[in-house]
Amino acid sequence: MANPVTMTAPPRNRNLDQLQLLLPIMVPVLLISFIPLVRGIYIGFTDYELGGQINFSGLDNYRIMMQDRFFWRSMGVGFLWTAVVTALQIGLGMILALLLNQGLRWTSLYSVLMLVPWAMPPIVRGLMWRQIYSPDTGALNLILTQLGLIDNPINWLASFEWALPAIIVAGVWGEIPKAALFFLAGLKTIPGSLYEAAELDGASAIRKFRHITLPMMKPVIAAVVSLSFMWNFNAFGLIWILTQGGPGGLTRLPMLAAYEEAFRYGYVGYAAAIGNVMVIIISIFLFFYLRLQLKERTG
Amino acid sequence: MQLANIISSRMLKRRISRFLMHGLILTFLVYLLFPLIWMISTSFKPTAEIYSGIPTLIPKVFTVEHYLTVVEEERLLISILNSLYVGIITAMIVVIISLPAAYALTRYKTAVNKLVMGWILTSQIFPAILIMIPLFIILRSLHLTDSLSGLVLVYVVWDIPFVLWMLQGYVKEIPIELEEAAAIDGATQGQIIYKIIMPLLLPAVGAAVLFAFISAWNEFFFALVLLKSPDLTTLPVELARYTGIEGQARTGPLAAASFIATIPSIVLFAILRKWFSSGALQGAVKG
Repeated sequence: MANPVTMTAPPRNRNLDQLQLLLPIMVPVLLISFIPLVRGIYIGFTDYELGGQINFSGLDNYRIMMQDRFFWRSMGVGFLWTAVVTALQIGLGMILALLLNQGLRWTSLYSVLMLVPWAMPPIVRGLMWRQIYSPDTGALNLILTQLGLIDNPINWLASFEWALPAIIVAGVWGEIPKAALFFLAGLKTIPGSLYEAAELDGASAIRKFRHITLPMMKPVIAAVVSLSFMWNFNAFGLIWILTQGGPGGLTRLPMLAAYEEAFRYGYVGYAAAIGNVMVIIISIFLFFYLRLQLKERTG
Repeated sequence: MQLANIISSRMLKRRISRFLMHGLILTFLVYLLFPLIWMISTSFKPTAEIYSGIPTLIPKVFTVEHYLTVVEEERLLISILNSLYVGIITAMIVVIISLPAAYALTRYKTAVNKLVMGWILTSQIFPAILIMIPLFIILRSLHLTDSLSGLVLVYVVWDIPFVLWMLQGYVKEIPIELEEAAAIDGATQGQIIYKIIMPLLLPAVGAAVLFAFISAWNEFFFALVLLKSPDLTTLPVELARYTGIEGQARTGPLAAASFIATIPSIVLFAILRKWFSSGALQGAVKG
């Protein structure tokens, strides 16, 4: 394929041309994103406390972490939360996308309405769900009491039994639209002729899904799974507003643990170290994501 | 006769399955929309009804008292204006600087591409906590903490990955012949990007502007840490403060304020309706 650029500009200047076009984004990204990040990673190897001196401390933070019961607990909660929310959002998002891809009437209206949770400011999402779970005025308690399913209102977000399911329901709720939107876009790229051929062979709906839809959607699913994993593992705002990590640290996700270490106790170095460990965990998943993407490109 | 039976039973089956599918979609929508509907309903209920212990979806007594409470408090109004300002400036800057970059990434295949695309991906995996403190120190040395310009700068950088990724998917779809013709006519690169590519990409550019605006309008964490003056707070921070002080007793006004905060995003998504239903994301998904 002929490259137009080589036709219009001397090859020598191409790198320069490209840099010129990229400069307006590269300078702010370096200054606001890259440099602070590198510095933040370094702080994870120091004993920096709020207002104190920054001294390199090697792997001390990570040795402390190994013994830190609260750290391990927050990692456990983090994995449970990430796995459940990601699985539910992928499953439910796929079902919703398939339903919206059937050419039913009102589909375009449905597809707009389904985006509502995504359109809401995260802080409002939290406030809204807090309202729903509220012990005295919340919709959930009022409705369950009216139906006679419970006798006394439950303080969902403060209950050891219900706090985690409650934040999961709220978390999945906010993530379904994104997943469904991406899946829907992916479904639209599958050529209809594939399905027509399968229908001629008398394939059932389930067979068509397994042998056409699923393989064709593989790259999209891989992308959504990886992105969701990152976003869910790094979740903060919604849970901060709903439970602040309580009751008794039961919903204290890694990001909340790091935030508390830094801004409540002032252990900035240790907080950054937790951040570094989170990055390593996520990187392992990113590795799989990139490999899948690569396979798709060459295959 | 038999054929007619087969056909009609097939039609019946199809009708039932269509009915079931609508039912399932509606179940999803109840889950996805109920919290918002409940919040809107709460915002129009008198305080006594909110605490009555009886769930009512449609208020028995309809009142706007909570909205009046919200409007009377000047701080909320100021925070709305701040959020609008930050959102609009951010969206404009992001798109203006991302468009040439998206063009460069698609039309020039060099090692720089891999570097930039690699960064777009990797930047997603770092938790904000790692960036927050060093960022605060850098912005302070630039005298940009506790300033809306500083916040705009952070949001612009924060939005670049997604906007860039979105735009480059579309640039790819534009036939190169158009540019070649323009180049032969003596158009400069800047002219090609802003006069030929941008108009062709108008729907995508519009979508990118709206996304950038919404993400700035919604953002909470950076605004919370970076802004200290009460006159500079954005709406999400103001809302969080609103609950912090009075707590549950202000359920009504809080619902009203939350609904106000949600309106711009919902309006923008309604505008984007066409963009979503046309499957315009396909280009981006194909990568």
